[in-house]
Amino acid sequence: MKMRMREAIVSALADEMRSDPTVILLGEDIAGAGGPFKTSDGLLDEFGPMRVRDTPISEMGFTGAAVGASALGLRPVVEIMFMEFLGVALDQLVTEAAKFRYLSAGQISCPLVVRASIGAGLGFGSQHSQTLENWVTSTPGLKVVTVSSPQSAYDLMRSAIRDPDPVIVLEPRVLYADRSEVETGDHRIGKLGVAHLAQIGEDLTIVAMGQTVNIAVRGTQQAGVSADIIDLRTLAPWDRETVFNSVKKTGRLVVIEEAPESGGWGSQIVSAVTENQFRDLKSPTVRITTPNVPVPYGKKLESKFLPSPDEVAHTLSEFLETGNVPAPWWVREGYVQ
Amino acid sequence: MSTVLKSTETAIQRREALARGAKQQFERMIEIRTIEAVVNDLFAAGSIHGTTHLCVGQEALDVGIALALRPTDMVTATYRSHGIALALGMTPLEVMGEIMGKDVGCTDGVGGSMHLCDMSVGLLPTFAIVGAGYPVAAGAALAFQTLGQDSVALAMAGDGSTNIGAFHESLNLAAIWKLPVIFVVDNNVYGEYSRIDTTTPIEDLYLRAASFDIPGIVVDGMDVTAVEAVVRQAADRARRCEGPTLIEAKTYRFSGHSRADQAPYRPVGELESWQQRDPIKLMSEKLVNEGVLTSDQVLQITESTRESISELVAGLEALPEPEYSAMFNNVWTTEKVT
Ligand SMILES: Cc1ncc(C[n+]2csc(CCOP(=O)(O)OP(=O)(O)O)c2C)c(N)n1
Ligand SMILES: [Mg+2]
Repeated sequence: MKMRMREAIVSALADEMRSDPTVILLGEDIAGAGGPFKTSDGLLDEFGPMRVRDTPISEMGFTGAAVGASALGLRPVVEIMFMEFLGVALDQLVTEAAKFRYLSAGQISCPLVVRASIGAGLGFGSQHSQTLENWVTSTPGLKVVTVSSPQSAYDLMRSAIRDPDPVIVLEPRVLYADRSEVETGDHRIGKLGVAHLAQIGEDLTIVAMGQTVNIAVRGTQQAGVSADIIDLRTLAPWDRETVFNSVKKTGRLVVIEEAPESGGWGSQIVSAVTENQFRDLKSPTVRITTPNVPVPYGKKLESKFLPSPDEVAHTLSEFLETGNVPAPWWVREGYVQ
Repeated sequence: MSTVLKSTETAIQRREALARGAKQQFERMIEIRTIEAVVNDLFAAGSIHGTTHLCVGQEALDVGIALALRPTDMVTATYRSHGIALALGMTPLEVMGEIMGKDVGCTDGVGGSMHLCDMSVGLLPTFAIVGAGYPVAAGAALAFQTLGQDSVALAMAGDGSTNIGAFHESLNLAAIWKLPVIFVVDNNVYGEYSRIDTTTPIEDLYLRAASFDIPGIVVDGMDVTAVEAVVRQAADRARRCEGPTLIEAKTYRFSGHSRADQAPYRPVGELESWQQRDPIKLMSEKLVNEGVLTSDQVLQITESTRESISELVAGLEALPEPEYSAMFNNVWTTEKVT
């Protein structure tokens, strides 16, 4: 069935709630209003106010409550409207939930899901457009996934809810309205940590995630480049095997990230590949990122800020031609030395 | 550059103009209302991308606060700040320019509707994170106290923000350190799509002052003069080193929460009953009754404001978007650091 990504999320949440009465939802305006992005539309009607709860603007309170509830028999799914708002609740996730299993000698599991919308592209400005996955990826004990399409949102949401550990599900906001075929059902539930080969090719391996998966597909088409495009899906723990196998075949690695160059998640992919596969590589590794600036507001600036199909096409063509790492646009065009 | 794209007055002159009298205050309220109507239309038409939060119905609160403070006092405010920015003195050019993402805006167009700032009239960069302005205002007050300055800080935020930790932590800090800060809660009945009674156990938020042993005052947020009086009283107290005050202003959010929201969740008749207390309607009635303005003059002010704002917007629309270099400015200092 064709669904928008937001509908695929509703559908995944509903299927999990039907199959497991301990799944509950918490978040701001998720019940009565069906969610600020309509990702819980209709769920209050079906499951009632005990299981679908509107919260006050108290992210630390309700995220922490989800931690406690998850330790004692519930599977809460918390909605953080914009990833930035997790800032006021990070302690509960990073310092509490992530350590419960460890500090209880395995007596406690926190099967909790925190969903957050991320990313730029809709003009929300610098305090509502970051991806910030690195806030949570360097914390052992947490799992982190990013969805990239209606189908991946359905699959990953159901899998995250089933997972016995705390999982952060990141949802690129710009994709909520994307519409494509979605297969639903229990067979879509899988293990987290498995990447998806979005496109198969020969000349290089592209690792992408979230909204950069589509950007990678369009960029390779534009440049006429034959590439494996790996939708990483899970950032912690990430799927080394799929990436290594592809790099073994192609000998070239390009990572496309919607995050500032400095401290971006691509660094760890690049470092693992160079450490383990140095002799398989035909060229240096490439990272296509955003510049090291806050997300700017206007359409022109924001579109330029994001990795674009044009920038990807340009980088890939030059890279394949010269074997060198092309300078990013902000260096080429003289904005940064 | 066309003449509409130059302000004839500076922000500080506009701030001083408010003190001249009720007519100027009324004109500023009309200016805010007019700009919000235009902003609403521009977003609805898709001419500006992103989102916006209108302060229609809350103009008296904004102007009352501006009247009671000095330009050297500091204000923290929220994503719903077009009104307070204009009231404090920011020019329609720098406010509209920013909302429209042009480089004549107050942050050169990189901030947008939720991020306004002008330190010349005491507006710190507005906060898009609920509650984030409270501790920063306490910190501004900490600086004033430590440096021995007699300025005050004022944090304004909505009813919904009193449920976040930062509110309670800031009031507690301010109380124990007797910081010269005023916390103004704009109780407009809604936080996003939720009515206050569904998120908050009390509807009279000034009561929250009791647990910090500081004064809690409630004021009619639809009345400029009443707002000015209580804010001035709190500012005087703060300047006398007697510590913070919590003020709750009863207002009503006449618009939806943000661009896309038509507010279908409102009980029937609620908006209409608050519209009876529309601050602009109340003020124009008062000024006409007192003979300060005639009804013709009221219409004339409304009309001429509409004209000048339309001209400004047309001028802004003709401007190109900023150069790409704009996004690289002001990320870090360009001063030599030794
Ligand atoms: C920490 C945080 N949580 C949630 C939001 C999303 N949000 C923006 S405004 C808003 C409602 C705030 O209500 P209130 O404090 O009453 O202010 P009002 O919008 O009515 O002016 C919410 C939930 C946010 N910006 N920051
Ligand atoms: Mg409110």
